[in-house]
Amino acid sequence: MTDTLTPVLSANWGTEKSWTLEAYAATGGYQAVGTALKMTPAEVTDLVKESGLRGRGGAGFPTGMKWSFVPKDNPNPKYLVVNADESEPGTCKDMPLLLASPHTLVEGMIIASYAIDCHTAFVYIRGEVLHVIRRMQQAVQEAYDAGYLGTNILGSGYDLDIVVHAGAGAYICGEETALLDSLEGRRGQPRLRPPFPAVAGLYASPTVINNVESISSVPAIVKNGSAWFGSMGSEKSKGMTIYSLSGHVNRPGQFEAPLGITLRQLLQLSGGVRAGHELKFWTPGGSSTPILTAEHLDVPLDYEGMGGVGSMLGTKALQVFDETTSVVRTTLRWVEFYKHESCGKCTPCREGNWWLVQLLKKFEAGQAVEGDVDKLLDICDDIGGKSFCALADGAVACVTSAVRHFRSEFEAGYSTPAWELFPYGRSALFEVPEKTEVHA
Amino acid sequence: MSGHEFQSFFGESGEVDMSDTTTSIDEATMSELRDLAGRYPQPRSALLPMLHLVQSVDGRISPAGIEACAEVLGITTAQVSGVATFYTMYRRRPGGKHHVGVCTTALCAVMGGDALLERVSEKLGIGPDETTPDGTFSLERIECNAACDFAPVMMVNWEFMDNMTPQKAEQLLDDLAAGREVHSTRGATITSWREAERVLAGFPDGRADEGPSAGRASLLGKSIADANGWTAPKPEEQK
Repeated sequence: MTDTLTPVLSANWGTEKSWTLEAYAATGGYQAVGTALKMTPAEVTDLVKESGLRGRGGAGFPTGMKWSFVPKDNPNPKYLVVNADESEPGTCKDMPLLLASPHTLVEGMIIASYAIDCHTAFVYIRGEVLHVIRRMQQAVQEAYDAGYLGTNILGSGYDLDIVVHAGAGAYICGEETALLDSLEGRRGQPRLRPPFPAVAGLYASPTVINNVESISSVPAIVKNGSAWFGSMGSEKSKGMTIYSLSGHVNRPGQFEAPLGITLRQLLQLSGGVRAGHELKFWTPGGSSTPILTAEHLDVPLDYEGMGGVGSMLGTKALQVFDETTSVVRTTLRWVEFYKHESCGKCTPCREGNWWLVQLLKKFEAGQAVEGDVDKLLDICDDIGGKSFCALADGAVACVTSAVRHFRSEFEAGYSTPAWELFPYGRSALFEVPEKTEVHA
Repeated sequence: MSGHEFQSFFGESGEVDMSDTTTSIDEATMSELRDLAGRYPQPRSALLPMLHLVQSVDGRISPAGIEACAEVLGITTAQVSGVATFYTMYRRRPGGKHHVGVCTTALCAVMGGDALLERVSEKLGIGPDETTPDGTFSLERIECNAACDFAPVMMVNWEFMDNMTPQKAEQLLDDLAAGREVHSTRGATITSWREAERVLAGFPDGRADEGPSAGRASLLGKSIADANGWTAPKPEEQK
């Protein structure tokens, strides 16, 4: 039986100047690079496959399998692109990781690049996190200076360059094919698949795109073995992962635990829902994963557990809302986000989210009319599954799940403004003037 | 729902202001733009960083900046404009010395972000996407900035300002306006939006060692694990 919390990635976050190469190496950092470079690339890929590591950025695709899809006989260069465009509402795990320990990612990138025969790797970081980018730039420079990057790394004959690339404010670039277009210096709009990036990705060359946390998990697997990794978590959801708890809890924060911990356990660790209040609804992995309620407190937070209750593990961003919160208001704000972030390529998403916002504003203001709940679901039906990428599906998921669990609250929007049913000041952490009219 | 007035989906995002042709781009800037283009297997990949550099020099995406990028990359100005108008971090009008963001995506909004935006807006006398007449502040209603365990969150020049309250926000604005030294809660000393843009372009400012390794919320799980003696399994316990 493993311990309740199992810090691996976060184990060194509190050490003195943890972001420097010196501090990272002092806790055993960069040992895994030496180990990996003595293995063959295929052995490294097999090790990651055996470990059962699955993507930590939302989709949960097996990481080692993704690597093995890179065709060996393709004459083009191979590329590794790390997705550090963390923007899914509620998600806040990769940024603290990169702030505190950017070398964990650098080390993981070296090993992953070696495994897929890549000599130029990129880390695409959202632009709105200046200090994270500073730390990453410095870590890469330190790694060059120490001989972990550049030519003939540790005398192995293997060469690798890493480029730190800042985005410019677009949630859609977290979608892997939009990210590639953005990294090619274009508007960040998703591509139709196939071909998949493993075959034709960056510059139409074989490309592996992985989340920060997925790649950062690789050094520990190389160092400790696939059995060690698999001794944490469950049969199909192996290993440790970072859960981010936010919202109406006494102590929000990051918790690294074996996959399969429950929200009830995490709430106990974080001092529970704020005093005098109770849980109303929550997201398991960001706003694109269907919301759940108190009845799901004991469902394991792993890929299968969340799938089994009609949601998704997503990014493990647990946003907790108590009984003071209006579901209608929250849903509106999420859909406003999707409307703002829709890249405009696919009509159902571009137009549909605009219409959802118009309708949800009426619900919030108590000006919806009989039948509008069905109209809302009807519009969702016209958006979901009808666009190139998953942004539209995420937008729809938060609406349909909110209606499924709280239909009567939407129906109350036929007559009563949300801010009368749920005075907004009660949800805030400090005293705020009460809302009495429609917001612009 | 019929009979609503037509409203452009892209609202304020508009085009680049071609009427303001002022620029500070010189040969040194051109050489830095070429440097950026040389960092990638294919030069066009440098376009986003190059546009960050244009902003740091001209305080906005300027017509001259667009021409400079097009010239260095050998693409058309229309192609550059198309990219510059897609991403929200690129400004079509001059921003303030300090760019202030208030998160109003669902979780921050509910926890007080809406009220923060109102207070900041009132104090500065400007709405979102506007700049104060003296050029000190510009304001933006930002989307989720990946700091939800520190909600409600504000940003100044893309540095974290965690766990904000209306009082803290007012103090922050007063300090910035008075030119006092201000530190990000999980970052460096606040410089200016233009200096921040230069770092984003790929020219480090040597401030990576400032600030803490992590905020308290980031360390919460680790500190609870330590208090309980919880760790990951030891590798030697495995076969």
